[in-house]
This record gives sequence, C-alpha cells and structure tokens, in this order.
Amino acid sequence: MSTLAISGLNVVFSTEDGPLHALKDVTFDVPERRIVGIVGESGCGKSTLINAILGLLADNGTISGGEVLFEGRDDLTQFTPRQMRDLRGPRISTVFQDPMGALNPVLSVGRQMINIQYRSDQSKEQKAARAIEMLKLVRIPDADSALERYPHQFSGGMKQRIAIAMALMMEPALLIADEPTTALDATLEVTTIELLKDLQEKIGCSVMFISHHLGVIAELCDDVVVMYAGEVVERGPVREVFQHPSHPYTRRLLECDPARQTERTRILPTIPGEIPDLRARPRGCVFAARCLDRHEGCDTPQPDIVVAPGHAARCNLAGQTAREGAGA
Amino acid sequence: MLNYAVKRLGLAVAIVSLAMFLLFCMIYLVPGDPASVALGPRATDAMKEALRIKMGLDQPIWVQFWHFFTGAWTGDLGEEVLSGRPVLDVVLEQLPFTLVLIAGGISWSVALGIPLGCWAAINRGSFADRLVGVLSVAVIAVPSFVIAIYALLIFAVTLQWLPAIGAGEPGDPGDQLVHLILPSLAVGLGWVGYIARMVRASMLEVLEASHIRTARAFGLPENMITYRYALTIAILPTITLLGVGIGQMLSSAVFAEIVFARPGVGKLVYDAILTRNFPVVTGAVLVTTVIFVLLNLVADLIVGALDPRVRSSF
Ligand SMILES: Nc1ncnc2c1ncn2[C@@H]1O[C@H](COP(=O)(O)OP(=O)(O)O)[C@@H](O)[C@H]1O
Ligand SMILES: [Mg+2]
Repeated sequence: MSTLAISGLNVVFSTEDGPLHALKDVTFDVPERRIVGIVGESGCGKSTLINAILGLLADNGTISGGEVLFEGRDDLTQFTPRQMRDLRGPRISTVFQDPMGALNPVLSVGRQMINIQYRSDQSKEQKAARAIEMLKLVRIPDADSALERYPHQFSGGMKQRIAIAMALMMEPALLIADEPTTALDATLEVTTIELLKDLQEKIGCSVMFISHHLGVIAELCDDVVVMYAGEVVERGPVREVFQHPSHPYTRRLLECDPARQTERTRILPTIPGEIPDLRARPRGCVFAARCLDRHEGCDTPQPDIVVAPGHAARCNLAGQTAREGAGA
Repeated sequence: MLNYAVKRLGLAVAIVSLAMFLLFCMIYLVPGDPASVALGPRATDAMKEALRIKMGLDQPIWVQFWHFFTGAWTGDLGEEVLSGRPVLDVVLEQLPFTLVLIAGGISWSVALGIPLGCWAAINRGSFADRLVGVLSVAVIAVPSFVIAIYALLIFAVTLQWLPAIGAGEPGDPGDQLVHLILPSLAVGLGWVGYIARMVRASMLEVLEASHIRTARAFGLPENMITYRYALTIAILPTITLLGVGIGQMLSSAVFAEIVFARPGVGKLVYDAILTRNFPVVTGAVLVTTVIFVLLNLVADLIVGALDPRVRSSF
C-alpha cells in the first residue's frame, strides 16, 4: 500500500490574466517507507504540489480534478479544512526551505514544540520531555536548555534541525520536505541529509523530498519524480531513471547538472528557452518548444509510456529513446 | 533583560538632559528680560534688579545653566512669580489629571484600534476592511479639538448623556470616570485610526511570514495562529508608535482640557501663559518632557519584554 497515491491531480490558480494551470494530470505514488524525490526547475509547481496535498493552497487556487489517496483510504481532495487541519502535524508534517524564517521569532523553541502537541492530553512536563528527546535525536547541543532559547539564538543549520525535530516529533506517516537544504552550505547539507535518512529509518515514515539538486536526490531517494511546467514528465526508481532517462527534459537536466561537469568547464550548460506560459499551455507536449527531438508527434497530448517496471515517461518517443539510451 | 533596561534608562537620562539644555537655550534666546516680562510694565527698575538677582540672571550664562540643570534634576524648577510656591508642586498637583486623560486616550485607541485592525486584516478586501480603512483615515484627519468640541456639543449639550465640564467630584471615582469619557475620546479617537491601520498592515505582513505557514502546516488552531503567533509580532511596531504618539496626545490634551474646562497640565500652561507666569510654563514643559521620555521608555521595555530579538540586540 502507498502512503500517498496521487492520480490525475490538477490545480488551477485564477489570476487577473485568466486561469493559470499550475499542475496538470500529476500522477505518482509515495510508497510506504520510501523516499521519493521531486525535481524540476523553479516555477515548475513543486510548492503548489505540496500545498495541494496539505490543503494549504492560496485563496485563488483550486484543485480542479484528480485525487490524493492517503494511506489507501482517504481522498484528501474531498477533506474539509477541519479534517485537513487534523491531519497536518500528526499524520503529514512538513519542513520548509527557509530555516531562518520557519520558526516564530518571539516564541521560545520549547513553547513552539509544546504548542504543536496541543492535541495530546499529556502534561506539559511530558510534552517538554518529548521535545527534548527529539532535540537530542537531531543532535542539538545542550538540548535540555534549548527549550528556553529563541530561534535567533541558533545557527541556520541548527534551526533546520529543530524544524526537522518538530516535524518528526509526532511520528507522522508522511514527511514532506520542501528544499530543506537549499539554504544551507554544502557540508551542512550533507549532514542534514544523513540525519534525515537516519530518522526516516528510525520512525519508518515515507518522505517526499523536493530538491533541484540532482546529487542529493541520487544520494537520498529511492524514487524520483521529474516535473516540468506543472506536469510529471518522468518517474521511476532513482537508479533506473538516472541511468536510462527516457524523457528529453530529464536527459537535459542530467547533462546540465553541475556535479557532472568536468572542472575545466567554465560555463554551466543550461537548457535554452523558458517554461511555457502556464496560462496558455500548448496542446501537445509542454517541453516541445525547448526539445531537440521535436517532430509532428509532439503536437498532440502525450501519453505516459511505461519503459520499465515502475518507470514511465510522458513522451511519444519514450520507448525507443530508452532502448537507444540503454544500447549506447 | 536587566541589561537592556539599564541601557535604555541611560538613554532616557541623556534625552532628558538634552531637552533641559534646549529648553534653557530657548529661555535664554527669547528676546526681552525675563524679570521685566514677569513683573509687567509698571515695575520699577529697582524691583526688576532685585528679581534679576533673585533669579540669578546677573550670573554668567554657564553658571545659570548649571543652576538650572542641577536644580531641574533635583526637582527644583524655581518658584511661581506671584505666590512664590515651588513650580514643581504646582505642576505635580495638575499632573495626575493629565495622566489619567492620556491613559484614557490610550485605552480608547488600544481597545478599539487593535481589534479593528486585526479584524480588517483577517477579512482583508471585504466590506468591513474597507469600512475600517475609511473610518481610520477620517478620524486621523479630523483635529482632536474639533472632535472635542463636537463631542461636547452632541453628547453633553444636545443629548445630555454626559457631563460637559470639569473632572468630576474629588473622591468619587465613578463621577470622575463619567467626566473622563468625552475628553479622553477626543484625545484618543485619532489614535484609534492610526493603530487600526498600523495593526492591519503589520498583521498582513506577519500572516504572510513563513513561520505562520509552518504553524499552519502543523495544524495549529486558527485562533492560536492569529493571536499568539501573529498578533504578538504585529503588535510590536504599534507599541513603539504609541510611545511616540504620546507626544501628540499630550498636545491634544491641552485642547481637551481647555474645551472641557478640566484641570491638568495643559490647562495650567494655558493659564500660565495668559498670566505671564513663565517659570510655570518652563516647569510644566520640562515635566511633560520627562513624562514623554518615561512613557517611551515604558513602551520600549514592553517591546523588549515581548521580543527576544530586541532584548539581545542591546
Ligand atoms: N497563488 C498563486 N497565484 C497565481 N499563480 C501562482 C500562485 N502560486 C504559484 N503560482 C504559479 O504556479 C507556478 C508554480 O509555482 P510553484 O509551485 O511555486 O513552483 P516551484 O515551487 O516549483 O518553484 C508558477 O508559475 C507560479 O507563478
Ligand atoms: Mg518552491
């Protein structure tokens, strides 16, 4: 059973210039106890996806179709705001990108960690003890006195670890991490990711990990979902997708990954062109305008072609190019 | 916190000293001889000379300043020209009336301004929000003495719901409170607008902050998010604004005291100017300055108590 099974999810924002189709037919699974990475350029709808799952879309956004099945039973798109609120925290929790601003600046760390346990009927001392236990788990020095301190008294890396501690304190079934390490420097990024993996195994939750850092995805994740302009263009097991990328966009992403460049390369290759205007989506493939393999087959809606077990790509050439890629 | 308080107190002392210096310069620079001004046109030269010596005006300027400065810091603000009563006593006698009036004005502005601002921010873009916006601008734009006069005409003269003049029977808190309603409303009404706008703007900013998104992502109840997570931050600039605003309320208090014939420092200064009782004017201005600085200090200490970032930045 999957912790999260998203199928055909569509999100539309109403804007002054007409409807903006931010997510189109998004389909993928987050299987139990697995870490699924989501990659894509900024503006491709990663945060919108998270907000749609959490029921925290901006007021001008609506889910216009599809379902989000949580733990095989409940379709979250049908939940009332009240039901969604009860789910957020204890069942699905989130770590956001910005460690500097993610904690309330005028409440002590302890107050905030105790407040998020407001549903539990334990005593305040028990809640504080639980908070200290979590802070120790994420290796905050002086965890016992940390509850008295305020966010500005911690470094960025420590704040992000506190945010992780808060997110995992209630042992959720699903942890969503929206670029949790982007704001950290490289060494901190590595330790934070190791910590996350460690805790995920300990708690046994599933993780949805958003990043645009392919190296991190390869290191941490079991599965990967590649997004482009609000669509899932390719998904599958990390190894499989990275070794046999079947969508032209994934291939270009991998070519452009700085980690793959030799040290001599001075100019980072980037994909020429821009994401299409989401208010006027092309009828055919969303990537066609920037694709080197474009042909007339790209002007009609693209099928999701399964190229290997669990590995699919939204490109009419998918089967053939995958074979070629494997042969080359 | 103690460290912060001590430093902030030091700053307050420095500001009061500077105010004393400026006040002294103003007295000194004003054309005319204070002794002849005080005694009026019919005084003889001998009388003027005697008063000049009594007031120390024959001494060099720095000696005069030193006397003024040390005197002021030890509470010696000179004597009233005619009665010879210590100015400090005269001012302190009137001070409680003005402080109560200011407190009343602050109460109105806080009790109405904060909920209105919050309400407008939460229902942003709604009819209620726009109504609060228009009313805020309206009450800010109308000068407080106009509010005072109309409040008097409507509620005291036409409707006769509330008393028109005075501060109420001494020793009767109920009567004093009834007498306080209209004057304090005149002092505080404009500030209802300022505070509502300020709270609305900072609430909207705070509600967009990523820590509020975090709080929502943990499913905290919306009330807890609004009042404990957002308002505690949004209120901080408002408190600072109020501290500064007390200066403006003090000047509104002068009008309110005159219109409602209430005792108070404003009325005292007004009468003192009419009777050329200049030591009282100087003394009252100095005491008012100290009050202003003290209330600002209180505002800063409240902000420090509420905001750990401010505490540690000192
Ligand atoms: N509230 C909103 N109103 C209108 N458009 C929005 C809104 N939120 C996001 N979008 C648009 O949706 C697209 C996806 O944004 P986002 O999910 O933030 O991308 P990412 O997180 O991948 O950078 C962007 O084109 C963005 O402009
Ligand atoms: Mg984003």
